[in-house]
Amino acid sequence: MQTLINLFRNNIREYGMIIALVLITALFWVLTGGITFNSLNLTNLILQNGYILVLAVGMVLVIITGNIDLSVGSVVAFVGAIAGVLMINNNVPVWLAIILSLVVGAIIGIWQGFWIAYVGIPSFIVTLAGMLIFRGLTLYLLDGKSLAPFPDSFGMFSSGFLPNIGSGDFHILSMVLSVILSIFLIYLEINKRKRQLNYNFQVVPMWIMVTKLVLLLYVINWFTYKLALNKGIPIVLLIVLALIFIYTFIMKNTVSGRHIYATGGNKKAADLSGIKTKRVEFWVFVNNGIIAALAGLMFASRLNSATPSAGNMLELDAIAAVFIGGASMSGGVGTVIGAIVGGLVMGVMNNGMSLIGIGIDWQQAIKGMVLLLAVGFDVFNKKRAGK
Amino acid sequence: MSKYILEMKNITKRFPGVKALDNVNLKVEKGEIHSLVGENGAGKSTLMKVLSGVYPTGSYDGSIHFEGKEAHFKDIKQSENMGIVIIHQELALSPFLSIAENIFLGNEIHSRNIIKWQETIQQSKELLDRVGLQESPETAVMDIGVGKQQLVEIAKALSKNVKLLILDEPTAALNENDSENLLRLLLELKKQGITSILISHKLNEVSSISDAITIIRDGQTIETIDTKKEKASEDRIIKGMVGRELTSRFPDRVPNIGETVFEVKNWNVYHPQHSDRKMIDNINIHIRRGEIVGIAGLMGAGRTELAMSIFGKSFGKKIEGTLLKDGKEIEANTVSDAIRYGIAYVSEDRKTYGLNLIDDVKRNITLSNLKRVSNNTVIDENKEIQEALYLREKLNIKTPTLEQLAGNLSGGNQQKIVLGKWIFTEPDILILDEPTRGIDVGAKFEIYSQINELAANGLGVLVISSELPEVLGLSDRIYVMNAGKITGELTRDEANQESVMRYMTGFGGANGANTN
Repeated sequence: MQTLINLFRNNIREYGMIIALVLITALFWVLTGGITFNSLNLTNLILQNGYILVLAVGMVLVIITGNIDLSVGSVVAFVGAIAGVLMINNNVPVWLAIILSLVVGAIIGIWQGFWIAYVGIPSFIVTLAGMLIFRGLTLYLLDGKSLAPFPDSFGMFSSGFLPNIGSGDFHILSMVLSVILSIFLIYLEINKRKRQLNYNFQVVPMWIMVTKLVLLLYVINWFTYKLALNKGIPIVLLIVLALIFIYTFIMKNTVSGRHIYATGGNKKAADLSGIKTKRVEFWVFVNNGIIAALAGLMFASRLNSATPSAGNMLELDAIAAVFIGGASMSGGVGTVIGAIVGGLVMGVMNNGMSLIGIGIDWQQAIKGMVLLLAVGFDVFNKKRAGK
Repeated sequence: MSKYILEMKNITKRFPGVKALDNVNLKVEKGEIHSLVGENGAGKSTLMKVLSGVYPTGSYDGSIHFEGKEAHFKDIKQSENMGIVIIHQELALSPFLSIAENIFLGNEIHSRNIIKWQETIQQSKELLDRVGLQESPETAVMDIGVGKQQLVEIAKALSKNVKLLILDEPTAALNENDSENLLRLLLELKKQGITSILISHKLNEVSSISDAITIIRDGQTIETIDTKKEKASEDRIIKGMVGRELTSRFPDRVPNIGETVFEVKNWNVYHPQHSDRKMIDNINIHIRRGEIVGIAGLMGAGRTELAMSIFGKSFGKKIEGTLLKDGKEIEANTVSDAIRYGIAYVSEDRKTYGLNLIDDVKRNITLSNLKRVSNNTVIDENKEIQEALYLREKLNIKTPTLEQLAGNLSGGNQQKIVLGKWIFTEPDILILDEPTRGIDVGAKFEIYSQINELAANGLGVLVISSELPEVLGLSDRIYVMNAGKITGELTRDEANQESVMRYMTGFGGANGANTN
């Protein structure tokens, strides 16, 4: 029992957020009479929030370095406009237009990263300028009007699903993938334990590991099962999952990830430890440009049009998700998983409140309160730990 | 009424694990200039913080009597209201505001919250006259030099009807001319009946201007010299300051000195902002394998600047000179270059430059050399833990787990983490800047032992320290710095507290190294 309490206490941030997510989900499950968990709604939840989760993954890296990026909403619109001009006005093939759009995102990242990392202008200013610049350029590109419709194949990005095998209604391939993922996760956990034992390290008790795994696998498989009852796994979910895996790995297990945390935690000490902190900041912004471009493509695909007002205020949703997920304003703290959980908290609330018919006015206010309370909880915890 | 304006009796101030002040007594006569001298860390600043209320009444033992009455200051505001004003080494002026605005900052002349500019300017002019500063009160403070800024601080103090003026190292940043002006001003203020306490390392100034000198050492009052009765020569003061036996505070060691591993030749460094200010002036030093070389000097002598400029040019501009490692010239333009050439630098300020306080012990230890625990940039977490465990044991870092945040540990343990972090880079040259600042005696001994062991393993170790006993106790050879120059080089046998102190204060020894 003591180990369990310690485990919880050491990870109060992460577990606290997950518990909050569970509670909020349960609350809406009750309030909506179970609609939250029906197959169609779960699919919608993913389709509606995919691009916010994608943005949150890029944003959490920026915030861990102690910076902020206010421009992503405008970048979403700008990249959507680029994609629209390429595909709709100039009949550029979809695959090529996607690549070019991502390149544009990278160039935007290079532009902003240059001013922030090498010139030394605070990221708040640079990206505030970027927010205006790219919104303006979007208006110019689109001449103030919407461009529509995109070619059909571009719709994959937002409303595509994995193809099925067999002819039944039930989506078998999704379920197969879910089982493969489950086996992979079990393998990872056992392998980790084995290596820890090889080094003679203390490992968490077997029963805790098993309980954790069982819970996790249950949630994953139950969730996929629900999706399989509808149309299966959406492409959006695959994109989000891929990003989660890649970036969690980078942040947890690579030298680059460690350098990002070190830069945000104490830049001066990182400099004197031989870390090229300017380069770290620069690349984090380049990365965020590309990720914002990806979100822009998803957003344009979902609307099936490029509109001047696309992605308005989206940066604030992404930033809120990151902070709800336990990141710190001053940098050095935060996780990809946390940002995703934060994004899901926002997403579940949006979805649930819409279902029970709460107006957009109160939705905004309630989300604001949740952000404040989540971060307040963090601050409170930190103060208590400091005593 | 007593002749003393200030009497501090039996002041004892404890910090967790340390007794910073131990029954200190200080009596200052009305209208005199009273100097307070002692080594860095002897307790002078702590004493002044007790006096001015930075450490409020109740947080120390003993009593303070000011103008005959017992005083219990809860904060600086209260002591200032009584007429005690302290001017710190780092001036507390707001650079973008004008002289007049600074003088009356927090004490503005106003009616109903509207500032009366006429009177502010008028009174500022009078105050500036009193301190002999010929500048318009409307000049921005950042546009005048440090010397003049110092005078503005004093004018500010005068505006608060100061009775007791405390100056902490007022001349440390000033050139000779400005210093003389300032001292003349102190004598002038003395005539006007203002009592001053002067904290200074410049013993020539202390000796020439003081009416009384109180010497503090290791948090205790050693003696008060009344210069009317006894002439206080610098030798006399130095003897009081250092008159301590070196007991077994340092582990035994037999040095085994080999080839020269590192050489710095004709090294010149300029200030990063004021590019005409030379911070390091043509320095030549060398370190041999297995040797512990000390660098002694007062604050502001340029020791840290020297170390950091060597360490991947992380301080200064227009750096000239050559570095030689094992006799071969090296180019170390960035910190990662320097690390690659086997140079390690343990900063004097572990919290700002040494550690990521919000990260754990293990990750702090491995940060500078992640290559050692990773394959193709993927970190092997188990290997990392293993290496960190090894260093934790070797350095006796007291932490419940390796996942503990560095910020939650004590100063001594934090210092061991920083040391561990740099040992982990497997250096050939280890530069330690104030390796035991602010840590307790036990942890100090452990760190000394580690330093000795590293030297025994063939590293060249350079130790910068403001604590003379530390430099003397550790070093095989000592360089002494003053004002950006090496003023002396002493072997272990030649070095003692008096000889080092002479070079430090710029007075040189037999070979007359007074290069000012």
